[in-house]
Amino acid sequence: MSATIDVEALAAASRRRRMRERVLTHLSLILGVAIFALPIWITLIGSTHDTDTIGRGDVPLLPGGEAWNNYAHAWSQGGGGRNTFAVPASTMLWNSFIMAMLIAVGKIAISLLSAFAVVFFAFPLRMVFFWMIFITLMLPVEVRIIPTFQVMTSLSLIDTMTGLTLPLIASATATLLFRQFFLTIPDEYVEAAKIDGAGPLRFFKDVVLPLSATNIAALFVILFIYGWNQYLWPLLMVTDRDLETIIVGLTKMIGIGDTQNEWNLIMTTAVFALLPPVAVVVLMQRWFIKGLTETEK
Amino acid sequence: MRKKVIFRGAALPYLLLLPQMAVTLVFFFWPAGMAVWQSAQREDAFGLSTEFVWFENFTDLFHDPIYLNAAWNTVIFSTSVAALALGAALFLAVQADKQIRGAGLYKTLLIWPYAVAPALAAVLWLFIFHPSIGLVGRAFAAIGITWDFRVNGGQAMTMVIIAAAWKQVSYNFIFFLAGLQSIPASVLEAAAIDGARPMRRFWTVVFPLLSPTAFFLLVVNLVYAFFDTFGVIHALTRGGPGNATETLIYKVYVDGVQNLNFGSSAAQSVVLMIIVIGLTAIQFRYIERRVHY
Amino acid sequence: MHRRTLLTGAMSLGVAAPALGQTQPIEIQFWHGLAQPLGGLLEKRCTDFNATQTKYKIVPTFRGSYPETMVAAIAAFRANSAPHIVQMFEVGTGTMMNAGRAVKPVHELMAETGTTIDFDDYLPGVRGYYSLSDGRMMSMPFNSSTTVVWYNKDAFRAAGLDPDKFPETWQALAEALPKLKGAAGTEVPMSTAWLTWAQIENFSAIHNIPLATLANGFGGLGTELQINNPLVQRHMGNLVDWQKNGLFRYGGRNNAGEPAFPSGQAAIMFTSSGFRARVSREARFNWGVAMLPYYQGTPGAPINSIIGGASFWVMNKGPAAGGGRSADEFKGVAEFFKYISQPEVDAQWHMDTGYVPVRRASYAIARDKGFYRDNPGADIPIEQLLRGGGVLTDNSRGIRLGGFVEIRTIMEEELERAFQGQQTAEQALAAATSRGNQVLRNFQRANRG
Repeated sequence: MSATIDVEALAAASRRRRMRERVLTHLSLILGVAIFALPIWITLIGSTHDTDTIGRGDVPLLPGGEAWNNYAHAWSQGGGGRNTFAVPASTMLWNSFIMAMLIAVGKIAISLLSAFAVVFFAFPLRMVFFWMIFITLMLPVEVRIIPTFQVMTSLSLIDTMTGLTLPLIASATATLLFRQFFLTIPDEYVEAAKIDGAGPLRFFKDVVLPLSATNIAALFVILFIYGWNQYLWPLLMVTDRDLETIIVGLTKMIGIGDTQNEWNLIMTTAVFALLPPVAVVVLMQRWFIKGLTETEK
Repeated sequence: MRKKVIFRGAALPYLLLLPQMAVTLVFFFWPAGMAVWQSAQREDAFGLSTEFVWFENFTDLFHDPIYLNAAWNTVIFSTSVAALALGAALFLAVQADKQIRGAGLYKTLLIWPYAVAPALAAVLWLFIFHPSIGLVGRAFAAIGITWDFRVNGGQAMTMVIIAAAWKQVSYNFIFFLAGLQSIPASVLEAAAIDGARPMRRFWTVVFPLLSPTAFFLLVVNLVYAFFDTFGVIHALTRGGPGNATETLIYKVYVDGVQNLNFGSSAAQSVVLMIIVIGLTAIQFRYIERRVHY
Repeated sequence: MHRRTLLTGAMSLGVAAPALGQTQPIEIQFWHGLAQPLGGLLEKRCTDFNATQTKYKIVPTFRGSYPETMVAAIAAFRANSAPHIVQMFEVGTGTMMNAGRAVKPVHELMAETGTTIDFDDYLPGVRGYYSLSDGRMMSMPFNSSTTVVWYNKDAFRAAGLDPDKFPETWQALAEALPKLKGAAGTEVPMSTAWLTWAQIENFSAIHNIPLATLANGFGGLGTELQINNPLVQRHMGNLVDWQKNGLFRYGGRNNAGEPAFPSGQAAIMFTSSGFRARVSREARFNWGVAMLPYYQGTPGAPINSIIGGASFWVMNKGPAAGGGRSADEFKGVAEFFKYISQPEVDAQWHMDTGYVPVRRASYAIARDKGFYRDNPGADIPIEQLLRGGGVLTDNSRGIRLGGFVEIRTIMEEELERAFQGQQTAEQALAAATSRGNQVLRNFQRANRG
């Protein structure tokens, strides 16, 4: 008799505790999401109001009616105060897009070739080349920024898309990743190719590339984001307003007190700046996570 | 690591390597070499008169209280950012790992900040913390706290830390979640049967299994805080007020681009190079060992 | 006669033909650091000049802010592709003066190309800043401003002060500050932008005290800072105290503090004379302009203030011997400079932008057009530059320190610490002096060559 009651009570208590835990878990996650979503929410809201409302300090939490005006204005004319030069968001977005694509595609292309060479061939100086490439990991562009700027001036590559993208292709993250992956390709594949009489290039095209598809997709996401979010390098390199990228352009809109900031247009441009990379991450989430966690540099 | 079965080729491998080597030589070795060369010189802005000074630029750095201040700021900044980003991510990953409805949705919602540029994160947080127009900024004013990060160094540092850490949480979150999900259920069940409370279970069983991930993330977060955060600082505080938010990487920029002191800037770059090499080397040794689990 | 005219006609055709055949104007690269809308106005002057002749073509490019333009020009010089003309802010003058063969001094340019510009007509403060001590011009002045006081007349009235008479002395202003607290909805009586320019550099100039030895650096590279003197200590101490008591608010670096005035938060603002356009557009109260106040009892005070802004420097192409420029290119530059030095052009620039006219003749033109009647107070900056009879002293000619950008940042950093209460004003000035002197010694060493 008492045993039955005990069990039921225990089960109920356990259920309650689990319920409490679940609620707590949901609450904490919701709180986490809120903290991470808050800036973007306020930005979205800010982009739908006019300057005066925000300038007055009536920070709104609900959307206003200026969305269309702001977005159209920022897209075609740019914004950011009457004293900074206005570059249309459309131009900046295009520049960022080209830059990010060139960096992502360029890096993947040359890394595939180099990793392939280093893994599947035997030739003199093989390890020397590998270490030379590996060393580039040690020096992010921020550290070699001034000398790189001087090199670019010597090559007359300032204010060019080439100059903007090439130095960022020089580091070896992708090569290393591909190398790690290629090392896991079973020897039987290579043997089979040799038996079939296929040369190394056929092997590369028919075997290695298809196998690397997920890695390439993951790297594309990582590199596209990396390229899109570049700040210091474009800041130094670009003064031609037609080449301005959106991340740098956005921060230039905020005069350090230079003028009355047009916060609504700044927020609109921020939304523009956010959309492509966020879209890429969210849509390619699966490959992205796989790429990050399974190969870990 | 060497594959047993390989292709033989005379010219092909060199041709395959050519693009990367060309880019690496021109855009990496040349500037890096220049940095080392310039770090041993003192010259005027136009490069018309140069003086070879061996290590003088370096010794000047280590005697300069402002450089040491930047180094100290970097330590504070990096450890705070790493601690905050790792702690928050771990907590959220643990919550998301539990079998609850909507875990997938939470995951997506927490991952997207990875896509945000550090400089952009800074702008977003500026908008929130601005003394006159920010939600939080005005809230502070309303409850009587004098909040002005343009004048108060501590507040500036706090803002910069929050903006930088915020962005990094998603990256850490992904790894922690993957790490948690790779812990075999059997291990967890065994610990549960032993009767340990959830908190104890976590610290004695789960965390040790996560430690390789945590270590890897620690190094990554530190490197991120050292270098990738230039954008955050430049957009928010420009290193001010009064050098309060000037980190080593920011000082490289200021001394090079603003003060036109190329020798000192190059010397600082060399110091940073050495630090990065150290951190990356540690990371790689640890990862290589990890692979053998 | 027929034949002779035909012959001369044919001869002149023969001479003209090659000139006609040469259709490409010589391009002169001009890098400037003025963002919109000022940049657009500057570029208009370039197109106007191009329209007056066909031999030369000025190609203006906006290269980013002044420091960015400076580093870009320097990097370009090192890479043998410097622009012909670069606009350099006044703070970079020391560096440019010691640039050796990187720059072509304007007086040399004028002599070689046979161009004459009447620099005697230029305002003394403008001319003195950019010339050698014997008066020979090194760079071409163009956009100059000076520091003035902007004040909220409505707040003055509400505080019981005469809105049309801004206090002339700091002593009188100090008495007025507590009365202004909260007047007409303002939050703080006084604020400033460009802390060092307004409150130390111009402060020292109008009080006729040295900022640095060797005539503020004009006399040589061995100069040392002298900002840690009793008067500056007294003034900085006052600012720090007023900040503590809520009578003054430090607004941040450069012109970060400016928005506080038109928004009505600060009743008094010290900043550039170029602030006018913004104030007239945004302020919703009656406002006025006044000259900088001085401390009564300082011998010789008040005299003229010094200018800010920028000038045009002529650069050689690269470090290679000879400089890499042709005589024609230099002639083009000289012609452009002559164009912008014309009083009509300068007066129009002044009236369009809010920069001061650099010549007395342009000042007269603007006056004759009734500009100062329609824009009351727009002549105050000019009068302030001429204060003291237009005779410069060693302390009011200007500032010529190498590494001045860095020195200004150092002064700001140290004073910011004082405003935060981490050190006293004296300590801040002492620290700034020793750090600043280190920069000067480094500059001296690096520029010995």
